Amino acid sequence: MIAFIVRRLLFLPLLWLAITFIIFLCLEPLGPYQRVTLFINISPESFGRGGKLTQEQLQRLIDKYGLADPAPIQYGRWLKQIIFDHNFGWSKVAQKPVIDALLERLPATTELALYAIIPVVFVAIWLGVISAVHHNRPLDHITRFVSITGYSIPIFVFGIFMLMYFYGVLQWFPPGRNSLWAERIIFASHQFIRYTGLNTVDALLNQRLDILVDSLRHLALPVLTLAYLNWAALLRVTRSSMLETLRQDYITTARAKGLPEHIVVQKHAKRNALIPVTTISANIVAGLIGGVVITETIFNYKGVGIFSLDATLQFDIPTVLGVALFGTTLIVITNLVVDILYAIIDPRVRYD
Amino acid sequence: MILFKRFLKNPLSVVGFVLIIFFFLVAIAAPWLAPPERACPSVVYYLVPDWLLRPFMTDLPCEPFKMPRDGFKATPLPPNPEAWKTFFPPDWHLHPLGTTENRYDIWYGLVWGTRNALVAGILIVGCTLLVGLIYGSVSGFYGRLVDAVMMRIVDFVFALPTFLMTLVLVSIWGRGLDKIIFISIIFGWAGYARFTRGNILAVRELEYVAAAKALGANDRRIIFRHVLPNTIYPILILASLDVGSIVLGLSGFSFLGLGSGEDYSDWGQMIAFARNRIVGAAGGDLLQYWYTWIYPGITITLFVLAWNLLGDAVRDILDPRLRGSRRA
Repeated sequence: MIAFIVRRLLFLPLLWLAITFIIFLCLEPLGPYQRVTLFINISPESFGRGGKLTQEQLQRLIDKYGLADPAPIQYGRWLKQIIFDHNFGWSKVAQKPVIDALLERLPATTELALYAIIPVVFVAIWLGVISAVHHNRPLDHITRFVSITGYSIPIFVFGIFMLMYFYGVLQWFPPGRNSLWAERIIFASHQFIRYTGLNTVDALLNQRLDILVDSLRHLALPVLTLAYLNWAALLRVTRSSMLETLRQDYITTARAKGLPEHIVVQKHAKRNALIPVTTISANIVAGLIGGVVITETIFNYKGVGIFSLDATLQFDIPTVLGVALFGTTLIVITNLVVDILYAIIDPRVRYD
Repeated sequence: MILFKRFLKNPLSVVGFVLIIFFFLVAIAAPWLAPPERACPSVVYYLVPDWLLRPFMTDLPCEPFKMPRDGFKATPLPPNPEAWKTFFPPDWHLHPLGTTENRYDIWYGLVWGTRNALVAGILIVGCTLLVGLIYGSVSGFYGRLVDAVMMRIVDFVFALPTFLMTLVLVSIWGRGLDKIIFISIIFGWAGYARFTRGNILAVRELEYVAAAKALGANDRRIIFRHVLPNTIYPILILASLDVGSIVLGLSGFSFLGLGSGEDYSDWGQMIAFARNRIVGAAGGDLLQYWYTWIYPGITITLFVLAWNLLGDAVRDILDPRLRGSRRA
């Protein structure tokens, strides 16, 4: 068990390093002058008196930071900057260091993702188990039909429809993260203390029900859209894994010794059937990243997703690199956690 | 034949199959359903989308994949029933399905968008499959150290966050469907490689391979003449079913504005246009611009649904573990 975890702990940083190397390789085609804008924190103060850097100043910067050096040396330096100085460069889009801009927008995205993913996991697993238990009966057919249509409607088509109907026609759920008045209280008022950055939680802690309601109204549609992206996939995996498990010999044994069906399903089958489901949770995190970008774009919900998209469209490479590194780290950590969980649940994995 | 009968028994998969045929027909008949403004000098321009030509040609004389624009106003025009009074196909100049943002004709965009989507999807599947097949066969056939190293590389490609890598590369190279497609190809082959390798491993130890070896055939001949033809069909079928999800991914990027240019016939792009027209003009009908969303939305959904329905049925048929349950 310990050997397994140690092996994983050693492998994943290697993976992280390899991914950062690939990301760095993508920058290879850029010349030193383009590079100068990427890794160095060019804040407005660093500009010359005329408001623009001169050619010599640029050359001096390139020499000083060694941007014309061979790639491996630059890679090492870049990595050192990121790991030890937490310096991801200067974000043109946000007009502040990338790391600050990222941390500022992170709570919004966290809030969205948490609300979207946690209920979905439970509902999808529950439905998947039910569907498998009622295999080839009406309930199973209905669930299958709903899930197959579910994952065929693209998330952006679904999102636009939600926005058109619930905002355009009914005017219930507006886009954005908060109404103007609420934003003014949250970000500018001294009475409102931002403990976590998650607006709903902060509103509760500050006992501001109006802000809680406002935040929930803005969250409803993005959460629904993002949740919708994941539930069908999760349901399918749970269902097929459960079907397979229910056909195992030990299930027959359990039934033969007279256990009631719900115990067989809940205790014997479901636990084992959930093992493959843990493996796809890493895929879900990867899928969430794309989903978050699309959802935030549709609903103009100002979080990391919309930030990274703006940066991509405006060629703000340091910001995109920062987001990519952040996302990679997130995926690597989830993989690690999933692997360890997997080893705890399923002893067979450890001896692999 | 048994497999085919089992396939016919499932009505949903037949629906999916018919829909796919329909989309192929629309793509083939695109120049007839929505004839471009000017006739092109060569048939190449009808068949090959601009993003595939542009890397090789600087000046394109004819661009049928670009949506024609009716005037220079931004507001959409509603569908015109007049267009349907003529013999089918309707005249797109009259806007049978209306126009979207910036007065791009929806009918034209959907018809040529189908051709674009299918060309892109098939191109990506073809290229990734080719890479995956060669890589997987070499890895599986040689085994041992070669296999171990090559499979670690596959693991690594799997672990790459594709979406984030796409953002990084697009921010460096600039937006464009050609770039998105190239990125999908370089990150997409790992699954096929792993699948092929598994099949090759199963076939490698059979007698006829030993016989070929005894007759003095070299490795390349054994792999590509003996082993691969015997393992290729399941992966060909499974890969061809990926067209739906690949097109879905591409239209997602186009929706975000990372894909095709503004006037390009692309379904995701058309949904992005509809996003600007969620609410009708003030004081008027709130659903005034429904047609900008509903037609492209239904088209993409049907396309993806068709591939998913077919894919589900075929995967069930190919998966021997589920076969027992069908008899029961």
